[in-house]
Amino acid sequence: MMRDAAAIPIESTLETPWTLPYRGTVGMACLIVAESAIFIIFVVAYIFYIGKSLSGPTPAQVLELPIFGTVCLLSSSITVHFAVAAVRKGMLSACTGWLAGTVLLGSIFLATTAREWYHLIHDEGLTIQTNLFGTTYYSLVGLHATHVVVGLLMLALVLAFSLFGLVNETHSEKLETLSLYWHFVDAVWVVVFTVVYVLGR
Amino acid sequence: MSTTHAVEGIDETLATQQGRPPMNVVYEWLTTVDHKKIGLMYIAYALVFLLIGGVEAMLIRIQLAIPNNHFVSPQVFNQLFTMHGTTMVFFVGMPVLFGFGNYLVPLMIGARDMAFPRLNAFSFWVSAFAGLLLYFSYVGASGLYAAGSAPDVGWFAYAPLTAKVFSPGHSTDYWTLAVFLSGIGSIGTALNIVTTIVCMRCRGMKMSRMPLLVWLYLVMASLVFVTVSPLTAAQIMLTLDRYIGSHFFDTQAGGSAVLWMHFFWIFGHPEVYVLVLPAFAFVNEIVPVFSRKAIFGYPAMVAASVGIGFISLSVWAHHMFTVGMGAAANTFFVFSTMVISVPTGIKIFNWLATIWGGKVIFATPMLFCVAFLFQFLVAGLTGIMLSAAPFDWQLGNSYFVVAHFHYVLVGAIVTALFGALYYWYPKITGRVMSETLGKWHFWLFVIGFHLTFDFMHVPGMLGMPRRIYTYEAGRGWEGWNLIVGVGAVFQAAGILCFVYNLIESYFKGKEAGHDPWDAWTLEWSTTSPPPDYNFAVLPTVNSRRPLWDLKHPEDPDSDYE
Repeated sequence: MMRDAAAIPIESTLETPWTLPYRGTVGMACLIVAESAIFIIFVVAYIFYIGKSLSGPTPAQVLELPIFGTVCLLSSSITVHFAVAAVRKGMLSACTGWLAGTVLLGSIFLATTAREWYHLIHDEGLTIQTNLFGTTYYSLVGLHATHVVVGLLMLALVLAFSLFGLVNETHSEKLETLSLYWHFVDAVWVVVFTVVYVLGR
Repeated sequence: MSTTHAVEGIDETLATQQGRPPMNVVYEWLTTVDHKKIGLMYIAYALVFLLIGGVEAMLIRIQLAIPNNHFVSPQVFNQLFTMHGTTMVFFVGMPVLFGFGNYLVPLMIGARDMAFPRLNAFSFWVSAFAGLLLYFSYVGASGLYAAGSAPDVGWFAYAPLTAKVFSPGHSTDYWTLAVFLSGIGSIGTALNIVTTIVCMRCRGMKMSRMPLLVWLYLVMASLVFVTVSPLTAAQIMLTLDRYIGSHFFDTQAGGSAVLWMHFFWIFGHPEVYVLVLPAFAFVNEIVPVFSRKAIFGYPAMVAASVGIGFISLSVWAHHMFTVGMGAAANTFFVFSTMVISVPTGIKIFNWLATIWGGKVIFATPMLFCVAFLFQFLVAGLTGIMLSAAPFDWQLGNSYFVVAHFHYVLVGAIVTALFGALYYWYPKITGRVMSETLGKWHFWLFVIGFHLTFDFMHVPGMLGMPRRIYTYEAGRGWEGWNLIVGVGAVFQAAGILCFVYNLIESYFKGKEAGHDPWDAWTLEWSTTSPPPDYNFAVLPTVNSRRPLWDLKHPEDPDSDYE
């Protein structure tokens, strides 16, 4: 038996440079796969229960297309992309500006959702307990809104760092990881929008 | 081809430092982010729960050993089988396999830690807390304003039994929260394992050179994302139902109980593969070393593992043949379930081909692997029987099913796990476990296993349903259940041998050195136990068996790959 197996073979002539993917990107990709599976279950539940409510109100009676909020949220994907591009080039104040725009657009989206919920609960009397539509609607849209809140908190944190001048080119990969999450949240909204406001109505 | 030179001696004093104040040691373990320490805590925690779940199984067997028995009350019996199942799947199976993954994956790919050490610690402590939460239900759930104690809804907690009206009190909430938290921990660790494997491999460790254990952990962890997440989502829905009155699984409001079954088994069946893939991983490492041959058919093994990963996502509803899904759905799930036996069969034949013509050494780890091969084969065969829907209509929900899946979980997974513990114990502690006690453990456990689970098929065939509290004499079940109970005693004796061996060998075992088994993967190139930084110099590999290349510079593997 080899007692001195700690001697490790070292290749003298290295064939190719050894580079592996950035772990933040891979980790975020894994998280996105796992989160997608969670959303798929909620979306399946929503589709499964379309038209199965035993009492009203129905989606056609109470839901309106949230066009303005949707435009804001999808635009925020573009602004966060520009923020990443700016920090990569070292344009730090531009990065701060794009981040601020992203946080603003995301907050507007959240405000439109809040307004919609207020309308549904207060004016239409639809709560999570009312019927299957209420159950699946509030849980699916609420799950997405929770993700928007988490993303906004993280973006706001980066924005705060950026305002204090603590963000520079070396953070571009980290900011890109965060932007991946934000793009995911936006992509989920496209699915939620299609299922809830188009198919479900 | 390659030059070798001895690296500067690894500082062994750090790994074996003695005489520190005990509080420092405790503090170090509580705050550690080291993958080996976290891995060991996972394993230790799982072994404790294995003993607890084992005691629950013993109580169940005592209750069922003779007809008309009233050893425990019906309520306690329901709690016992619920807690036994939940404990064994979520707080034994998952943590022990994640523990080995944590410990071995970085060592095998030549890394110094996992990709996200702090996330690793977080995942462990969340899982640990979940286990404590589940057992706290025994005191907490009968709490202030409700009835009930431990969860008693079965480990798959079918709706609508879990609704607030049918399960008042908090026992079901403890179950759902514990499973939810354990799921968060599992997803975190799986994320860490995948990222570690993709991003932390040492120079030269291409995907095609990774040890098969690492490949299987990659498949297993990827599978966790798409299986544990649906369960997490379903637990959120159940919690919403129970706490704020939503109607996901409320049949009174048009909700569907069958939807819960789908969501649960979309998790539940791939979960079997999440548990069994690491067992395959252990066998993949142990069988070649003790057959003194390289693994047969490495690319086929990788392809079969990835294939199992994909196919396992399309078999879940074979748990639901008796629901009445219709002929088309039944046919699809019969077919997909039978298809999955193809990659599994490829694996069995590759292991046999590895052993074939080798100089087999029947040390304890290899004994467990040989038992694994036989038992996993039988488990697979009864699986094919149950995958035929008409057969399943006869025997679904009977003790035949219980015998089948215990054959997989105990006969394959736990057996391979024991092999792995004997195989890597020298690396973890620096000492080899006693072979004599190991053989006692092996034979007692295998005899007990076969007494219990071979004979458990029979009352199932004779119509004994699972989860019944007791039964009357004269149905032809009583003798069989007694044998099953006697087998459980043998298994318990085997486990006691194992626990004694584990402790005894830690203090008195033979010194292991770096490489007691003359093995070929990177973890054996460092000290036993490895230092905190694993490798003084990060290794470079040129083949699938780097230590073979090192020991046989005249005939390295890299010439053939």
